[in-house]
Amino acid sequence: MTTLPSTKEKSEELTSSDTQHSDHRLFGLITFLVADGMTFAGFFAAYLTYKAVNPLLPDAIYELELPLPTLNTILLLVSSATFHKAGKALEAANSKQCQKWLLITAGLGIAFLISQMVEYFTLPFGLTDNLYASTFYALTGFHGLHVTLGSIMILIVWWQARSPGGRITHVNKFPLEAAEIYWHFVDGIWVILFIILYLL
Amino acid sequence: MVQTKFQATGNGTMSISLPPATENDSNSLQPTGWLRFISFSLDHKVIGLQYLVCGFIFYLIGGVLAGAIRIELLSPISDFLARDVYNQVLTLHGTIMIFLWIVPVVNGAFGNYLIPFYVGARDMAFPRLNAVAFWMIPPAGLMLITSYFINGAAQSGWTAYPPLSITTPAAGQIVWIVSVLLLGGSSIFGGINFIATILKLRRPGLKLMQLPMYCWAMLGTSILVVLSTPVLAGTLILLSFDIVAHTGFFNPALGGNVIVYQHLFWFYSHPAVYIMVLPAFGLVSEILPVHCRKPLFGYTTMVYSIMGIVVLGLIVWAHHMFTSGTPPWMRLFFTIATSFIAVPTGIKFFNWVATLWGGRITLNSAILFSCGFIVNFVLGGITGVALAQVPFDIHVHDTYFVVAHFHYIVYGGSVFVIFSSIYHWYPKFTGKMLDEKLGIIHFALTFIGFNLCFAPQHWLGLNGMPRRVAEYDPQFTLVNQISSVGALLMAISTLPFLWNIIYSFIKGDKAGNNPWQALTPEWLTTSPPPVENWSGEAPLVTKPYGYGEKSSDERNPTITQA
Repeated sequence: MTTLPSTKEKSEELTSSDTQHSDHRLFGLITFLVADGMTFAGFFAAYLTYKAVNPLLPDAIYELELPLPTLNTILLLVSSATFHKAGKALEAANSKQCQKWLLITAGLGIAFLISQMVEYFTLPFGLTDNLYASTFYALTGFHGLHVTLGSIMILIVWWQARSPGGRITHVNKFPLEAAEIYWHFVDGIWVILFIILYLL
Repeated sequence: MVQTKFQATGNGTMSISLPPATENDSNSLQPTGWLRFISFSLDHKVIGLQYLVCGFIFYLIGGVLAGAIRIELLSPISDFLARDVYNQVLTLHGTIMIFLWIVPVVNGAFGNYLIPFYVGARDMAFPRLNAVAFWMIPPAGLMLITSYFINGAAQSGWTAYPPLSITTPAAGQIVWIVSVLLLGGSSIFGGINFIATILKLRRPGLKLMQLPMYCWAMLGTSILVVLSTPVLAGTLILLSFDIVAHTGFFNPALGGNVIVYQHLFWFYSHPAVYIMVLPAFGLVSEILPVHCRKPLFGYTTMVYSIMGIVVLGLIVWAHHMFTSGTPPWMRLFFTIATSFIAVPTGIKFFNWVATLWGGRITLNSAILFSCGFIVNFVLGGITGVALAQVPFDIHVHDTYFVVAHFHYIVYGGSVFVIFSSIYHWYPKFTGKMLDEKLGIIHFALTFIGFNLCFAPQHWLGLNGMPRRVAEYDPQFTLVNQISSVGALLMAISTLPFLWNIIYSFIKGDKAGNNPWQALTPEWLTTSPPPVENWSGEAPLVTKPYGYGEKSSDERNPTITQA
């Protein structure tokens, strides 16, 4: 038996072909991050397999120092907290505070990238020197690409959160939320990367 | 089994009263008429048909390449194609057929067209992302094909195994990688859209367990796409580093490991088989009940089977690697896991047979292709279980037995279902009926040609003819020629089909809204449907397979609209 409804109210999903509701966008973003996370999972799996079955060739150099990456970990973890602060400030409709915290977050992200660059230039091995070196650069480089994109995103959000004139307000806070979820994701990946690449 | 014929009578017996279509302001910037189909349209139906037509063009190109392979294999020596050209042709054939024909069509084309109808929505969750996903395909495909004319296409097969892919000419291989990355990205965007649409855009009052089976198939497929495609993307990025920057991820000479590539590749590419065939399962489950006038047998078990296949499909990849020095425990695990897949697949197979059992079957082209699918698929499934057994797999690995098995799944399975679906939904797409006589000729030629082409290849493989090689032992000549005759029949079978879709579009009988008297929601609107699918409220269809129930005569469903 097929029946058509007699309800008068139109559900909000059905109003237009072009409606993109924020809750669906968040859902879509999280699904995308699952996919993105699987890319990292593939890289991690490759690295761990290499570690298990491919010994370092006798004359190969592969040594990592801990201080800089530890500093990087702290930078990213703090930036997650400052981004959270920015979100809280936006909810309180305080765009000045929000912009301040966003700028600090972007600054921390850029500091991370600079610190990563310093590490790259001081390490005693290059991209093609050996298998472990290649894997190291591929993994940290792919993560660094994410941090770069994230920092650009934060700066765009920062610009759009200005008041008056910005498009991101406490009513339209989806762009900030999306950037924040992405940023936490990138931080989480870094923590896993730090443990697997530097500590294990 | 009682066979009845019933004429398509348009909407003569249907009483759907729809208010006159209203002009839609929100889409006023979109072109109308046929221009929509070459534009960045956001309408899910336009995008679906874009996928379908684009995919079919690539199918014809891939088919020409298959023809070139079969002509080369008419004789045991390499005479028609140079050896490296043969390698390029088989690589392009595989890549085009998988990434540009089957995956975009069973997912993108029918998914985009049908899923919003099935969940009672006006469009997909993310229309713009949807259009972006489609428009990544034509450039990727063109790039792949032009690489052949510029510097030679990739030569390492659709698997691109290193060290083969590292040592063959680099330019073609890099174009191949970029192209597959684009197509993979398109596939991921599509998958995200399907998951969001099915889970988030359902019409109020519509429960998950009331959805048509194709939604479940697409949900399962999209989960596989989202979980496995990124791993392929990462792997191909590493491979491109090996080719361009001379790193050694997969190059043993530089301390790398080719087996890691195989693991990562098959972590995607085994699920890819399910990405190609699960949506086909869903489409068959939509087509069979309509044409045999019976509810789909075992709806709940079908749903659990799909989800079971999704879970198992992610943990069976190493059965492609039994001859890659895989350790015994791994062989044991993957043999058992792979054999287990026969259980949910078997459930689905028997459910389709039970759906047909005792039905009032109309033997039209749509159901013929679906039944052809069931027959071919069970044959491909049996050889699949055989290949999961290590001793047997070692014997036939990399032989024509694998080629035969694979084509029984993807051609005998997915492509038969695509044709079945085109016969079933063409009236909805265009408002015109396809010619049944031509359809049956198409089916007969395809079915005979397909089996003539691929059944003998089982024998070739069992007797040791390796795949992907242009030359072979002269004792295999006759069987290869039989196989090529089958391929010729398949090529010929395309002609009545092409004539049918073009002629019927111009001169076909008017289809009316619901020529098959079907109960799923896409039929409860005009053919072709208006921009936002229904001019009034979206219908609430809680029993998409409610044929033959006492409460309603399915030949004359009375549909009331408030």
